[in-house]
Amino acid sequence: MIDYFSSPSNRELVLDQLAEHVYLALLPLLLGVLLALPLGRLAQQVRWLRGALQGTANVVYTIPSLALFVLIPGLLGTPLLSSVNVVIALTLYTAALLVRPVQDALESVPAHVVAAATAMGYRPTRRFLTVELPLSVPVLAAAVRVASVSNISLVSVGALVGIGGLGRLFTDGFQRDHPVQIVIGIVLTLLLALVVDLLLVALWRLATPWARAEVGAA
Amino acid sequence: MIGELLAWLTDPAHWTGPGGILAQTLRHLYYCVVSVAAASLVAVPLGVYLGHTGRGSVLVVGASNAMRALPTLGLVTLLVLAFGLGELPALAGLVVLAIPSILSGAHAGVRNAPADAVDAARGMGMTPAQRLWQVELPTALPLVLGGVRSAMLQVVATAAVAAYVGLGGLGRILLDGLKISDYAQMASAAIVIAVLAVLLDLVLAGVTRLLVPRGLQLAARRGGTE
Repeated sequence: MIDYFSSPSNRELVLDQLAEHVYLALLPLLLGVLLALPLGRLAQQVRWLRGALQGTANVVYTIPSLALFVLIPGLLGTPLLSSVNVVIALTLYTAALLVRPVQDALESVPAHVVAAATAMGYRPTRRFLTVELPLSVPVLAAAVRVASVSNISLVSVGALVGIGGLGRLFTDGFQRDHPVQIVIGIVLTLLLALVVDLLLVALWRLATPWARAEVGAA
Repeated sequence: MIGELLAWLTDPAHWTGPGGILAQTLRHLYYCVVSVAAASLVAVPLGVYLGHTGRGSVLVVGASNAMRALPTLGLVTLLVLAFGLGELPALAGLVVLAIPSILSGAHAGVRNAPADAVDAARGMGMTPAQRLWQVELPTALPLVLGGVRSAMLQVVATAAVAAYVGLGGLGRILLDGLKISDYAQMASAAIVIAVLAVLLDLVLAGVTRLLVPRGLQLAARRGGTE
């Protein structure tokens, strides 16, 4: 292991792929959340759309990642070896995974709170952004954590179709018969998932100051 | 591009023969069924036991979360380098990946059996074994089968990836297409993989509906409309 890192070219390879991996996993997480919020809101409010949205989300989540990475260039005309395909595919997965939780989270907001905001003259958009959305964060948090872990794990499959990320360490290590490199890739993936998860938990705590206040009062 | 794809998919020569779509689909299916069955044989009894006794809950939940982050491709390449090229190590990788979802499904199912139903069974004088077989297991079935279902999806996807280390199946067609930069071939294989995944999921959804006791289904429906 130490031998491996004593070579500057190996160090550079690992750090470059790690940076690429972070970007390829977290950008889709952000985009997916942004996409899932309006969709989940629609599913919550428009009853007849609910079944269609959830059915679509289920089917999207069922399609294996390798198949999706290959099909997106054909559907959208992006180059086959472009990392855009991975970003789009993982954005779709994240959104598909989150539509249902967004809906559940919004429904978990007590009706009297929403009514109070309406009575205070909040228009629907402002009420959604400043009252309903913040209050639904605790329910949403668990699903976003699952999505981040699954994104971080799935990026590596992109290496099979020539996309960068820690998956490169697997294909490269396999071809060079170099198990140490594969182990490093696995360990870094697990560590990355853990660090991102801890960061998300910290973020939720910052975003829900009232939850801490209640604990303090009790 | 769509035209080439259709041409590739509708060419009968690509469907038949030992490396054709039909043979590789069957192979893919075989890997999926064998590894999910093997994983179930280990994980269902273990999950039920741990759920029934309440032992090792933290371990089960923690381990299955950590496994979610475990990169498929890394695990499979490592296993093959460690144990030699061949189908067995790749299949072992599939089994390892299928175990956590089944284990956590079985564990959560038995653990979350409605407490009042279990208490009622105890009050009626049922022995622990009777409680397990007649109350806890039937109410746990939806979650047990849910675990099997998500394991199956993971295995369909992973078997495609494992073609990289020499496993046959639909991933083989896809990666061969990549090697000769034949997009129509890659996309055709990708479509067949996606369809297979969706179909298997539908079949398991149907199995769930058949196996879950009618009383539970009625209760769930009633709970859903209230």
